[in-house]
Amino acid sequence: MEKPYAQINNLRRTFDISKPWLNRVIEGGEKQYLKAVDGVSFDIARGETFALVGESGSGKSTVARMVVGLLPPSGGDVTIDGVPMVGRASSQDRQRLRRRIQMIFQDPYASLNPRWKVEDIVAEPIRAFRLLDGDKAIRERVGELLTLVGLHPADGIKFPHEFSGGQRQRVAIARALASNAEFIVCDEPTSALDVSVQAQILNLMRDLQDQFGLTYLFISHNLAVVRHMATRIGVMYLGRIVEISGGRELFAAPKHPYTRMLLDAVPDMNMAGEERVPISGEIPNPINPPSGCTFNPRCPFANDRCRSEVPPLLDGVACHAVHEGRIAIAVAA
Amino acid sequence: MAEPVLSVRDLRVEFVTRRGALKAIDGVSFDIARGEVLGVVGESGAGKSVTGSAVTGLIDPPGRITGGEILLSGYRIDNLPPEQMRKVRGKRIGMIFQDPLTSLNPLYRVGDQLTETIRTHTNLSASGARKRAIDLLAEVGIPAPDRRIDSYPHEFSGGMRQRVVIALALCAEPELIIADEPTTALDVSVQAQIIALLKRLGRDHGTAIMLVTHDMGVIAETADRVAVMYAGRIAEIGPVRQVVQNPLHPYAKGLMGAIPSLKGDTHRLTQIPGSMPRLSAIPPGCAFNPRCPFVFDRCRVERPEPIARDLHPVACHLYDEAPARTESVA
Repeated sequence: MEKPYAQINNLRRTFDISKPWLNRVIEGGEKQYLKAVDGVSFDIARGETFALVGESGSGKSTVARMVVGLLPPSGGDVTIDGVPMVGRASSQDRQRLRRRIQMIFQDPYASLNPRWKVEDIVAEPIRAFRLLDGDKAIRERVGELLTLVGLHPADGIKFPHEFSGGQRQRVAIARALASNAEFIVCDEPTSALDVSVQAQILNLMRDLQDQFGLTYLFISHNLAVVRHMATRIGVMYLGRIVEISGGRELFAAPKHPYTRMLLDAVPDMNMAGEERVPISGEIPNPINPPSGCTFNPRCPFANDRCRSEVPPLLDGVACHAVHEGRIAIAVAA
Repeated sequence: MAEPVLSVRDLRVEFVTRRGALKAIDGVSFDIARGEVLGVVGESGAGKSVTGSAVTGLIDPPGRITGGEILLSGYRIDNLPPEQMRKVRGKRIGMIFQDPLTSLNPLYRVGDQLTETIRTHTNLSASGARKRAIDLLAEVGIPAPDRRIDSYPHEFSGGMRQRVVIALALCAEPELIIADEPTTALDVSVQAQIIALLKRLGRDHGTAIMLVTHDMGVIAETADRVAVMYAGRIAEIGPVRQVVQNPLHPYAKGLMGAIPSLKGDTHRLTQIPGSMPRLSAIPPGCAFNPRCPFVFDRCRVERPEPIARDLHPVACHLYDEAPARTESVA
């Protein structure tokens, strides 16, 4: 088997959320930590779209930021195309690798500098990595990139505020492609957009993937979008991956009780007006997560073992009830 | 047929700016019957929230209602003086907004906020109002309501806060609830709980609900009828099954095709080229014509009125077999 393009191994991140030192001294109280990501491992094959889904607070964006190197992990390692991203070794290799990794953010209003013209925004990676020489060559390349994402080369002289949300996200995509990136981390790229515009952006991302063989790490809370885009999916709950599976299998035969609940909760266009299984509870406070399997207070199959022992990720699912055969697993139709 | 709870007739709302009046709502008409949930969908800028604000009399200047009428159980409310409108709002119309944190006062316990509203609109005593507040919290599914009533809003999670807001909207047993994106700020698992709650309330109390959202899934689950809005007008209005599964208007068709599904296989989503026009530059004729794949000459000059074809009203010339009435092009 070919070596995976990106390997994420036992990634951890804790945030110190303690009160200031003086307050701790005066009022008492100890240091407090929040485990945002707690031992996340997955591989991404070249040319595939790996998606992370989960509700707010599940740690999916923190994983994305650690993978691109925007946030140093508290533990674990990330290897992309054979180059370790954490640690001091091979900083030159890493520098070369950075050019090939880009990120697209959720809010196209915040991720583009409002004082820069679009052509300067798109040209920034080209200039930063010294990919082309001469203003003329750079301007031609920018025009090419803008055309690629469905804008007009003449749009380059405009400022971001002259564009709609969808068009701004196109600019962000053009910027990501400017350095000939091959791995793009997309953190909720369409969550701020209207559905018709979301469809335009998703289609564009697919076309670009087909054209350039891009690899995507796709973060979203929207299950339908994830199903549409992803080849493989990891479901996150309170900082851990509870289930990893191929995109189609996950939706046809979800194993983990949380995945099942999540799929049941999605309003479905086809069942207009029909009743569905009610679900209970909300994501618990991550500062003080439940012991054992963090999903146990909401899980209808929880027993004593679930309340005391963290289930390992085996065969793509982290659930004692599934491992013990207490839950019947639906066979993919 | 019984009189509708809410009847909006040819509503027009304009925002006066330095560059002239912008028509945010341009001739919108619909009814909501007792116990019915009307979903209003559309993309940002379609005018769905402004319609909700117009009904509640909460349009901020420079916006104003410039035409049409709004009837609540046959009683005209769009021209009431502010003092009287205040009595209608809260008592006869309940409101639920998108962000539950901004609709609650962070400095008061939720119990105080509930009892204040209850006592404003009914003549219950303080202890009676508190008892009713506890009943309401229990009804919207807040566990241990007799203890939670003395909590502050920040002590509740997002989903629980939205339940408190719903309880607040129910205080005076209104005939109509306007819910403006009530689940947009919530996670899917919590969203499903809030949807189930809204549906149950409509059924149990016979409350009419106007549900404004951009999420077609939420509409498909909750609404009885749905109005698809585009650029300040209703493009199509009809029973939810018909509109979701067999949309007639090209915009509604595009909108449904653009939504990724949890079933079936689609490599590409249907995409509508372009985006919603700005209010200052609404194209003449049918506002959708520059983006419409079926556009023909008539669409560019004559504005389509909603006409009932076969199933339900749709504002599109494609469904109007009669020849153009008059070529009154200025």
